[in-house]
Amino acid sequence: MKHDSHGYWKATLALLTQVLLIWFLVSFGAGILFADWLNNIKIGGYPLGFWFAQQGSIYIFIALIFYYAKKMGDIDRRFDVHED
Amino acid sequence: MDLQTTIYLVVGASFALYIGIAIWSRAGTTSEFYVAGSGVNPVLNGMATAADWMSAASFISMAGLISNMGYGGGLFLMGWTGGYVLLAMLLAPYLRKFGKFTVPQFIGDRFYSKSASTVAVLCLLIASLTYIIGQMTGVGVAFSRFLGVSADVGIYVGMGIVFAYAVFGGMKGITYTQVAQYVVLIFAYTIPAIFISLQLTGNPIPQLGLGSDLVGHDMSLLAKLDQVVTDLGFGKYTTSLPGSTLNMFVYTMSLMIGTAGLPHVIMRFFTVPKVKDARSSAGWALVFIAILYTTAPAVAAMAKVNLIRTVVPGVVLKDADPYAAGSTLSYETRPDWMKRWEKTGLLKFEDKNGDGRIQYYNDKTKNADVQKKAADAGWKGNELSVNADIIVLANPEIALLPNWVIALVAAGGLAAALSTAAGLLMAISAAVSHDLIKGVFKPDISERGELLAGKLSMAIAIVVAGWLGLNPPGFAAGTVALAFGIAASSLFPAIMMGIFSKKMNKEGAMAGMLSGLAVTLFYVFAHKGIFFIKGTEYLDLIGGANSFFGITPEAFGAIGALVNFGVAFLVDRMTPEPPEHIQHMVESVRIPRGAKLVDGAHA
Repeated sequence: MKHDSHGYWKATLALLTQVLLIWFLVSFGAGILFADWLNNIKIGGYPLGFWFAQQGSIYIFIALIFYYAKKMGDIDRRFDVHED
Repeated sequence: MDLQTTIYLVVGASFALYIGIAIWSRAGTTSEFYVAGSGVNPVLNGMATAADWMSAASFISMAGLISNMGYGGGLFLMGWTGGYVLLAMLLAPYLRKFGKFTVPQFIGDRFYSKSASTVAVLCLLIASLTYIIGQMTGVGVAFSRFLGVSADVGIYVGMGIVFAYAVFGGMKGITYTQVAQYVVLIFAYTIPAIFISLQLTGNPIPQLGLGSDLVGHDMSLLAKLDQVVTDLGFGKYTTSLPGSTLNMFVYTMSLMIGTAGLPHVIMRFFTVPKVKDARSSAGWALVFIAILYTTAPAVAAMAKVNLIRTVVPGVVLKDADPYAAGSTLSYETRPDWMKRWEKTGLLKFEDKNGDGRIQYYNDKTKNADVQKKAADAGWKGNELSVNADIIVLANPEIALLPNWVIALVAAGGLAAALSTAAGLLMAISAAVSHDLIKGVFKPDISERGELLAGKLSMAIAIVVAGWLGLNPPGFAAGTVALAFGIAASSLFPAIMMGIFSKKMNKEGAMAGMLSGLAVTLFYVFAHKGIFFIKGTEYLDLIGGANSFFGITPEAFGAIGALVNFGVAFLVDRMTPEPPEHIQHMVESVRIPRGAKLVDGAHA
């Protein structure tokens, strides 16, 4: 392989780690582990922990996927492994 | 026009639409039958994936369970959406690059072994069948109400229709019909929610209405709900946990990785033109799914409010005391929707204290205050049982919405159940005819023979699932959660390791899949019976229900996945590493360039 496949994979894994960290923090963190504590804060009539578990995490998941898709496209081009 | 006629009309019209599209785009070749020639636009594919994904469990059952569980129900919401993040990043683009159309094919090629592919077929069949049992339960509920028959008869009718439906078209027919089904089901779900949100909070957007103040009150709907359910002895709505925090954590994880391991969802991402599209397709799918999933908590909480308001009029909006004499609903004056649902056997009233009135409260509460109030009021136990699976379908009736809305919800529920059942049957048929018969037992089978074998396996799957659906292992969403656990414990780790570990060998992968599957099934069957057959539970053997750190069988998949990873790495250490060309293949799967159109040939 002519491309820097090692560097490409490293960049990919770094992006994955970053996204998975946020993924974990909003759902398992804010929605479950810290929910009780966050419930002391109210946002738009919702207790915050409850909001993360039943609304917020879902919105953030969507943003995460599109963020990942965009960043991954950039990495593809940087290492010249994109399609076409 | 009366309600029943309206329902027939709306459901009939929606069916005519799906069947019309299926005929118009009927599949010809095997490749079209499964993947529609890989030419589906990512947004449309996302919409079809959403319809495929949102089954009877999401549409009919989930909000009802959240309604009962309160905050803890969030595990379904997070679990069934968070999995898409994993799917988009960890699996979809790589499987698309790999360029085969079934999961067992990937496992077989990556782990250079037909036995590995056979093990994957086994895992896939067990997960998909369990999933279909849940669907049949949901279909049974929908048809029983729709035709005014018992839930069992509803399942028989559903079996026939699902079969006709799935055998008719292939994936291509299904992709376009699923776009139509998505449109029907999302309107069916959101329109009643908008009406109800307006009624209760004056805010037409359910996602905001759930956080808003109750009409005419300075108190938010959630705070009022907390107060009312606590009064009746139930757990506080916004904080009640499913068992424990640990169980909620593991349950959510199980659903997330199960989402990323379920073959009928993964198959969807083989049908997009490029690797790039596989990444964004998952995002689009989640956008369309989120419309329903963010509405569901509002539907759940508001259905609870409305149910309590029906049984104890005045308790929510007029702050009446539920324990005051004559405050509960008298059975003779119960609303029509209760009478309609009583026919299905899914809503029952038993007058325990013989006062002719319906008392609805948690009679198992440990709250001494509530027990005293109930005893003083002469209540002798909860008298109303409402099957959680009817909440969504009954919701517009409970809120006394117009007939056309009720009819629309019936059509939406059927669309959800049918589309998923069809998608799963496709996955089963592909696994049996393509991966098992053509791939392992009879490689020279003709295309005709392969299609026929596929259809036969669909028929068998429906009959088995329908039969088990008559005595389901739980509510539709609970049964489906079991299927996720099975996929999570068996397929997800194997696919992950196939992509992210160059050195994982066939021995490790197979041992991992088998042990993950075995340990999960062992725990699940202990609670639910061997192969979900009633009466064969063996709880004593594992030391009682939820004996493993209080983890419920639905949540056990994440533990099974841990076992899978652990065993795989252990066995991998002790056996030879995979051949050179396999390691090269893994490297090439990791980069997008050179992705070809999907082809079904075995390497």
